[in-house]
Amino acid sequence: MIEIDDKDHQLLTRLADGLPLVPRPYAEIGGPLDLSEGEVIARLRRLLAGGVIRRLGLIVRHHELGYRANAMAVWDVPDDKVDALGAKLAAYDFVTLCYRRRRQLPHWPYNLFAMVHGKARARVLTQIDQLNDQVGLRALPRQVLFSNKRYKQSAARFGTGLAKAG
Amino acid sequence: MVPAQSLSRQETDLLNRYQRDFPLEPRPFAAMAKAMAMNEDDMLAMLADLQDRGVLGRVGATVRPNRAGASTLAALAVPPARLDSVAGQVSAMAAVNHNYAREHEYNLWFVLTAADNAELDRVLTEIRVATGLLPIKLPLEAEYHIDLGFPL
Repeated sequence: MIEIDDKDHQLLTRLADGLPLVPRPYAEIGGPLDLSEGEVIARLRRLLAGGVIRRLGLIVRHHELGYRANAMAVWDVPDDKVDALGAKLAAYDFVTLCYRRRRQLPHWPYNLFAMVHGKARARVLTQIDQLNDQVGLRALPRQVLFSNKRYKQSAARFGTGLAKAG
Repeated sequence: MVPAQSLSRQETDLLNRYQRDFPLEPRPFAAMAKAMAMNEDDMLAMLADLQDRGVLGRVGATVRPNRAGASTLAALAVPPARLDSVAGQVSAMAAVNHNYAREHEYNLWFVLTAADNAELDRVLTEIRVATGLLPIKLPLEAEYHIDLGFPL
């Protein structure tokens, strides 16, 4: 795990709004942070290599492209089995995200989450069926939650001062 | 709303190619343009147009959860008649960056991001007080998938 200093934090906050579409965007975002273009690039390189930034690039809004069927499939998996099953789920190319989350009993018993996005609900349900059969999840308590409305989608912000200003 | 088929071949190529490995060099858009046999001005115009059409959210970073600040998934079971108004209250909070309705008793799902866990709990308390509903908090414990973007 690499250390993140205040400047890194400010840079990530600035990046949450996106790079400006100008010829030298790194110079432009560095200005207010008192960082040179070269320093911005070096810091981003380090944050990427250290795994703090997972991905730097074009953030596509798939909903606008017709990928409207968005399912969150969840299972209640015994704790000693969840990592092995999660790794199997993540290998499917139609699983876009796969997580273990803490349960909140008694309200929420499910600890394994997989997101499946597609253009049609029927196809997404077939794919989740495939996961249940092939990964051996069918006998477990499980649910599929389709999203039917998106109220907000924006980049994560860090730090209360900036969050309140945003 | 822009159906996928209305993307040009060049736009699809661009979106597939640069969801990751964005050039870390002084003139990144010029580098992308060069790789796609375009010029820098046309590349900037194409990105601005994709953004206007809502297809491109931004040129930015996805940050690994819990590596910079703290975040959690949370949900509320909202009486259906109140869903839109409670969703509006939740969306209005700066700490909320994703907020979706889902078909379930827990019908409102949102991601909170803050400087630390204490701040997350403060925001959840604020939501409870403002809505009269008890949020469930489901923080990440492990991630099994590597985010490679979304193939089109």
